[in-house]
Amino acid sequence: MTFLGLQRLEKRWPDGTHAVRGIDLDVAEGELVVLLGPSGCGKTTTLRMVAGLELPSSGRVRLGDEDVTDRPPSQRDVGFVFQFYALYPHMTVAENIAFPLECAGVARRERDAAVLRVAERLDLLPLLARRPRALSGGDQQRVGLARAMVRKPRLWLMDEPLGSLDAARRADMCELIRVQQLADRVTTIYVTHDQEEAMRLADRIVVMSAGEIVQAASPKDVYDRPASLFVARFVGSPGMNLIEGRVSESEFQPAGGGAAIPLPPKMLALPHDMRALLRGGPVVLGARPEHVRLDPSGPLRGRIVLEADAGPWRHVHVEGPWGRAVAVTTAKVGAWAGEEARLAFDPLGIRLFDATSGRSVA
Amino acid sequence: MSAALLEVRNLSKRFAGSVALESVDLDVNPGELVALLGPTGAGKTTLLRCIAGLEQPEQGSIRLAGRDALELSPAERDVAFVFQNFSLYPSKTVRANLEFPLRSPRSGASAERIAERVTWAARLLHIEALLDRPARRLSGGEMQRVAIGRAIVREPVLFLMDEPLTNLDAKLREELRFELRALARGLNAPVLWATHDALEALAMADRVVALDKGRVLQSGAPGDVYARPASPAVARLLGWPPVNVIPVRKLDGHWTAADGTRVAPAPAGAPDAATLGIRAENLALAGGPAPTEVEVVELTGPAQVAVLHWAGIRAHALAPRTLELRPGTRVAPRVAPEHVITWTRVSDTLSPGKGV
Repeated sequence: MTFLGLQRLEKRWPDGTHAVRGIDLDVAEGELVVLLGPSGCGKTTTLRMVAGLELPSSGRVRLGDEDVTDRPPSQRDVGFVFQFYALYPHMTVAENIAFPLECAGVARRERDAAVLRVAERLDLLPLLARRPRALSGGDQQRVGLARAMVRKPRLWLMDEPLGSLDAARRADMCELIRVQQLADRVTTIYVTHDQEEAMRLADRIVVMSAGEIVQAASPKDVYDRPASLFVARFVGSPGMNLIEGRVSESEFQPAGGGAAIPLPPKMLALPHDMRALLRGGPVVLGARPEHVRLDPSGPLRGRIVLEADAGPWRHVHVEGPWGRAVAVTTAKVGAWAGEEARLAFDPLGIRLFDATSGRSVA
Repeated sequence: MSAALLEVRNLSKRFAGSVALESVDLDVNPGELVALLGPTGAGKTTLLRCIAGLEQPEQGSIRLAGRDALELSPAERDVAFVFQNFSLYPSKTVRANLEFPLRSPRSGASAERIAERVTWAARLLHIEALLDRPARRLSGGEMQRVAIGRAIVREPVLFLMDEPLTNLDAKLREELRFELRALARGLNAPVLWATHDALEALAMADRVVALDKGRVLQSGAPGDVYARPASPAVARLLGWPPVNVIPVRKLDGHWTAADGTRVAPAPAGAPDAATLGIRAENLALAGGPAPTEVEVVELTGPAQVAVLHWAGIRAHALAPRTLELRPGTRVAPRVAPEHVITWTRVSDTLSPGKGV
């Protein structure tokens, strides 16, 4: 059931630039949808139109069974989380968290219950009577999150709420937002340019580029089956390995040279017109770094240009006439920069894109 | 007698009575890429600024290339500093921006020498094609490269970089992260760079120096710091998914958490209390004695992370994508004894009940 519906939503600025180009999106009740894209892709403008802070040039915004397109923000019952503002120093932690409820005129008893519920979830119970000054930076952030999310509006709208935090704190807070959202199941639209955040938080990721939706799917699908080269590059750290070439009967032939890469049988069973397309023009083969491995009998030969351990993962970057690829493993393989190496591909991880349109074909 | 290029000893600095740096010791050797890893407010910037001569320490010594740096002016120290908020001359071309440091009267470089250095830096940073473009028409990533380029055209004895990638888009940061190491390899001087990003430090550095609250907590090869963090405080700096940090007591020969969970056998002769560290990739989800439910599942590309209440904390387990996990899935976490990190003398305060 659609809870929030965007229909042909458009925003043109007075100077003629097109910020949002007619997007359609249905959000189910309780869903957490992340709008993901680089700066200037239209994600924040879209959020602001949902909020009522920006009027669409055309298209409708529906919330529940009402059309709210022309309603002011105050009549939409949406909660904003832009960032976790500083706490009120003269109030205790409990009073800080209760403040938004007090402003909304919620009764004392109900307020106390809500504060306890949130505090328990975010491990803040022992701190309720303290003042912000007596808290560590991390604890202050969690109190800020509790205060920002103690209400249960119809919709939460979050615009890069973690942008100003450092890496460690961002990772913690990202998770607590999800903990809190899963517990209350308030429908949420979350805007970020950070694909890692999107992958961790979202029920569904909506990837945007140049004012349009390029893919809307679960994090797994966006990661495993990117709809275009743009998504393939943008999602994943590092992004998908992409190698240009052409497809023959059952193999992929890299344009820059190297032995052919066998394609999995399911790809060869594609509809006839798809195969024709693949056989005709230039094609890009995509493979996630974990589907690439160092293998002395692999088809692509190159030289290791960089190797690095990052936490549990080992990254090995290999360069050859066919381009550059990264292999990621958990194994502590002995592979060092400067050495020759060959790469092989896990057939199940191979994707193909039409190089001309950039669209995924298989 | 050490051959370190930079030797910082017992360095302390206060601002308005609060400690910014406390008895910091730090070496940077020729050719090294050293990451100064710490959260916001750890003292990273203050330390870099003391080394550059932009701040005066209250106490301690700094030796740089065999000389007492505290006796030298910032210019005489001959270090290059890349700031977090890079600023270029927007209307000048990339080339003019790069030439600028060499055109100062102090530099005295010939026109030929200047051209040679600019070409070299542009090639190293892959900005050759941008040389004649005005700086204001560059993207964020290109601007940061030019800012780094402006620091490296000179030939200083040491490069100091203060979170050079922090202000970039996430995607650009990921790309430049790997370039940073290639860049450092191409320089003739060591690099000391400050970051709050554990992945950046672990992936790129020859050595990681963990800094918090003005103190050096640990210094070592990235692999060693990752495998054997010296304290819970260091473990907490190691990024996401976080190391599970569990306060325990010895009970019937087992390390037992506050909620009664038996986490691992305690070796004979172990003290009564300890703090255990278990990395997320070492926490298996089956076969353990204390069943629990998955609270949240987070996707991290090649794997997924299960968040669960276990052993009195919000614990994290890295699991393969093939495992079917969703909120509410019943699991029984288990850790092999050899994967348990034991801290018996806790050098920082832990607030029990917190997993993150």
